[in-house]
Formats: sequence, structure tokens, C-alpha cells
Amino acid sequence: MSGTKSGTTGQHPEAGLTTERVLGIETEFGVTHADLEDRTRAGAGSSILLSHLVVGAYALLDPQEGERGRRVRWDYGDETPLRDARGFELQRAAAHPSQLTDEVSDAHVPSVEMDIPLSGPELAPEGDDAEVLTWATQRSIGNAVLSNGARWYVDHAHPEYAAPEVLRAREAVVADRAGEEIARRAMALLAAADGIPEVALFKNNTDGKGASYGTHENYLVDRAVPFERVVAAMLPFLATRQVIVGAGRVGRGTRGQEPGFQLSSRADFMEAEVGLETTLNRPIVNTRDEPHSDPRRFRRLHVIIGDANLLEESTFLKLGSTSLVLAALEAEHRTGTAILPDLRLADPVAAVRAISHDPSLATTVPLADGRELTALQIQRAHLDALTAVADTADEETTTLLRSWGEILDLLEQDPMLAAERVEWVAKLQLLERYRTRHGLEWDDARLFMIDLQYSDLRPGRGLFDRLRAAGAVPALVSQDEVDAAMTTAPTSTRAHLRGGLITAHRGNVPSAGWDAITLAGPEGGHRLRLADPRLGSAAWCAQHGIDPTDDTATILDALRRAVTD
Amino acid sequence: MSQQSLNAPGNGPEESGDDSEIVTGGQTFASAQAADDLLDEIDSVLESNAETFVRSFVQKGGQ
Repeated sequence: MSGTKSGTTGQHPEAGLTTERVLGIETEFGVTHADLEDRTRAGAGSSILLSHLVVGAYALLDPQEGERGRRVRWDYGDETPLRDARGFELQRAAAHPSQLTDEVSDAHVPSVEMDIPLSGPELAPEGDDAEVLTWATQRSIGNAVLSNGARWYVDHAHPEYAAPEVLRAREAVVADRAGEEIARRAMALLAAADGIPEVALFKNNTDGKGASYGTHENYLVDRAVPFERVVAAMLPFLATRQVIVGAGRVGRGTRGQEPGFQLSSRADFMEAEVGLETTLNRPIVNTRDEPHSDPRRFRRLHVIIGDANLLEESTFLKLGSTSLVLAALEAEHRTGTAILPDLRLADPVAAVRAISHDPSLATTVPLADGRELTALQIQRAHLDALTAVADTADEETTTLLRSWGEILDLLEQDPMLAAERVEWVAKLQLLERYRTRHGLEWDDARLFMIDLQYSDLRPGRGLFDRLRAAGAVPALVSQDEVDAAMTTAPTSTRAHLRGGLITAHRGNVPSAGWDAITLAGPEGGHRLRLADPRLGSAAWCAQHGIDPTDDTATILDALRRAVTD
Repeated sequence: MSQQSLNAPGNGPEESGDDSEIVTGGQTFASAQAADDLLDEIDSVLESNAETFVRSFVQKGGQ
């Protein structure tokens, strides 16, 4: 508990909130032929094929990932929730690794993989990269679990990197950046393979022609908090946080039909306040709720409104601030005392667009009680409320609050002052300078080109990389950390055990998922279920004498002891 | 404030005074020369066939 003031000064009984929470971030990449003629000919028609090539290239061919041609399949988990109150159990699985492989459902809706029955052990052919890739696309291999604990797969018609679960916003930045580097390695492998199309990947959210694809955040939240409260709190917060963490976009409307610039790339695709869908009629608050953990304890809040951020501080702020708002919600529920500001937007969907469409940030949005507030005022109200209950001894929380406050100060003074720290401002500043130099109107193709090329992940092409190299935007984490995170899982969650086992025993891990890992030992296979993402962390493993680098028999013995303790 | 006024004199790096240098941490980028260099670089790497490139970037919808 923090605070130098005594209770008589009105400190909230729940002072001491932090950013710590199980969270994760997933990115669908834009995918296209690198060759302009191929691209023009194929349109979006080859996107599923290209996505499979991207996934197969890194999962099957990159030497840093593991044994050539051998991937760990995705385990979709169980329909029936784990009932063990301790949150973990060890099930007897089949006797032989090849049988284990066959038992695993590897279909991913709507990947074409679903349509192809797979039987027998999968064996990549001997041969060069092109032969392995051809085999992989014929078998529609669209799923892999990586040695860093991530899921790397084809989702709809995009390659997706679902980063491993973490407990802190900064950890999430590292894991998210590792996904960018993995995407780069996949592109390099494809570029080097003879007769295989070269692919370009983009970390963005729209093609500017009506299609959007997401960068989703996931947060575990105490199940006891009524969902109506989650919705009420998240709507004003999510509708306005784009002023801090929007990635910026050239063009307005889902097809970019109106010239101009806006704060968020996802804003124009949000059509509902609350709902289950993610591909149509997209909601500000998504109700998808597969917690991949004990559903009696946890809800997964799946946030789909966010932009793909390349600026690391934006990712940090996006995850940290949202986690802190959720911590306040949980604290309100525990204590019955209000923390968050009572701000009900009259029309949240309209507010998202109105705010996004005004880079001056002067636009006000109506509240249900008749007030009119700017997005900055609404964000400031959240920051003030959370500052009052934050644990000032917690380093990440204080860093987050300081960063949030500094950025609000800059934006209030003059949005353009925040060009180093707010992604949409960085992009707008670049566009305005370019526009001035060449005398361009907002409907000029070169400005759309800058927006697109900004997120191009190909080395030497991406304009964000140029900004970073020029010192125009600071980095939050080191490149060494990011590089290490491609092959090393975070230590704070079960991703540690998942990634550690894959790294040390790839041939004996036929499948893994968020809440399940199957390990083949000398006396048969076992499937470990972890219904709490904090189980399986480095600390948990140490406590139970589990070392993923031990031989499998020793690990299974230790797991058995952990379960029966 | 209109979008145009965002780029009005006083906001650009050329006119940025000591205040904004302090606020933004005084990065080298805040100099006019660095900004010009960056624009030169972007001119050199920006896809020359912008119209075709943008038109051909067609994606299927995702989540």
C-alpha cells in the first residue's frame, strides 16, 4: 500500500492498484505479393496461400526456431472446463508420440486446413526450402506453437502472431516486437526460396478499400465483476484512448473515400457498442469470452478496437492503461466504492469516429447527462482517478502514469508537440512535411503510399523504421531483448513452461495450446492442463522442481508430484 | 483547429523554439536539417509507382 496521506484525507480503501494482470496481444498482418505484377494479377485471391507460406516458412524452416520441418501443433483445449480448484491437472495421454499427433485436432476455422483430413504422422520431405514449403501449403499447415510460447498461424486470410501471455505491459511490448522480427524472418526465408512467391507483410489494419484486420488485446478480468460494469467502464475509455495510442490513417471512411487524416485506423470499422462479432458489425466492446483458463474465476476481455502500433510507447500505454482501468473496476466491485469517472457517452460509436476525424483534438462528444467533453478531458479524468489509487511503489505503474500524463500535457498544449510519443502525431507530422514540400492535397496517392509504406515490415522499406533510425521516435525496449524474445518465452506465465518444453523437447511435444501442453515421456504421453496462466511460470516451475531442460521422465515425475502435492 | 492550421508556422521544426525542444526532449530530429534529411530519404525510398502500389494493395477482411 502506498500513500503518505492518512485515511482521513480520503484515500481510497483500494489504493495500491498496478498494471499487473494476465494479458496478451495478437496481430494479423497485412499480406501481399512483393512483386507488383503478381499482386495486381492476384488481388486478394492469393492471400490464404501467401499466409500459409509465411507461417510455414518460419515454423518449419528457420534454424533458430528448431528442428527443420517439425512444428508443434496447436491444441485447441477442451470444451469442458477444468474443475480442479488448484487449476492444473495431468491427464494420461496416448502411448506414443505419433499417436498423440493423430489425436490432436488441428483445424482452424476458417483456415482451409479444416477441409483436409490429416492422417498419419506428418513428415516434411527431405529437400530444399521450396520443397518443404510446397509440401506445407499442400497440407495447408496453418498452425504452429513457437519456442517463445506464441501461436503463429493463419487466421482468415492473414498470418497472425498471437504473442505469449505476460503479466506486464512492458513484457507485452517485447513479445509484440518479437512478432515483427519473426514476420521479417519469414519474409526473408520466402525471398530466398526458389520458385516461391516473395511476400510483403504490413503491420497495419486496413487496405483502405473496405477491408480491416485486427490487432487484438486480451485481458483476464475477475469473473465476479458484472459484465455490464465492464461495458459501462470500457466504452468511454476505449472510445477516447485513440488520442494517446492511435496509429493514424490517411483517408476517412472504410474505403478512405473522404480525403483527410484521422487518428485511428480502426475507428471507421467500429459499428456497434457491444457484440460478439469481430469481422462484421464490429463492436467497441467485444463479448467473446473464451478465457483459456478457469471460467469460474476469469473472464477474457477481448479488445478489438485497437490499432496496430509500431511505436513501442503506444503499445505500452495501450496495454498498461487498459489494464489499470480493469484493476479499478475489480477494486470497485470488491469495495463497493467508485473509482472511475462516471462518463456515459450519448453515442459511443459516433464518438469514436468524431474523435478520430479531428486531429486538432478540439472535438467534443456528448455525454448522456448533457455534458460535452473532449477526448483529452475524458482521458484526463481517467488518469486522475487512477493516479489516486495507484501503487506508487510499483515501477511499471508509476512509469505508465507519468508517460500518460506527459503525453496528455503535450496534446493539450499542441498535438504536434507529441510527435515522438504518439504514433498518429508522428505519422501526421511526416505527412504534413511531405505535403508541404511537394504541395500535395490529401487525396494524393503519394500520401496513401506513405501511410501504407509506414507499416511495411520489409527491411529498408518501412518508413517507421526510417523514423526510428533517424532518432525521431525513441525505443522503449532494446533490440537484444526483442531478438531474444523470438526464441525465449516470457518467464511470468505458463508460456515459460510451454516455450521451455518446446525449446528443449520439440520432438516430444506433439501439441500445445494456451491451457494445455502434451509431453511424450518414455512411459507414455501426458497432457498437462493449466487453467491459471500464472501456473507454469518460471517461479512456479522452480517451486515445484520443474526444469524444462531436464529429460522428459524427470519433468513428468516432477509434474506428477506437483499435481499430487 | 483545422488540419491545415496544425501545420501552421510555429508548429513545424523550423520555428520550434527552446520550449518545444525541452518538452520533446531535444532530440536531434527537432532540427530542421534532420527533418529535411528524413524527407530526402523518404523521397528516395518511397515507392515510385505510388498509385499502382496503393491500388493493388487489396486485403481480405479479417477480425
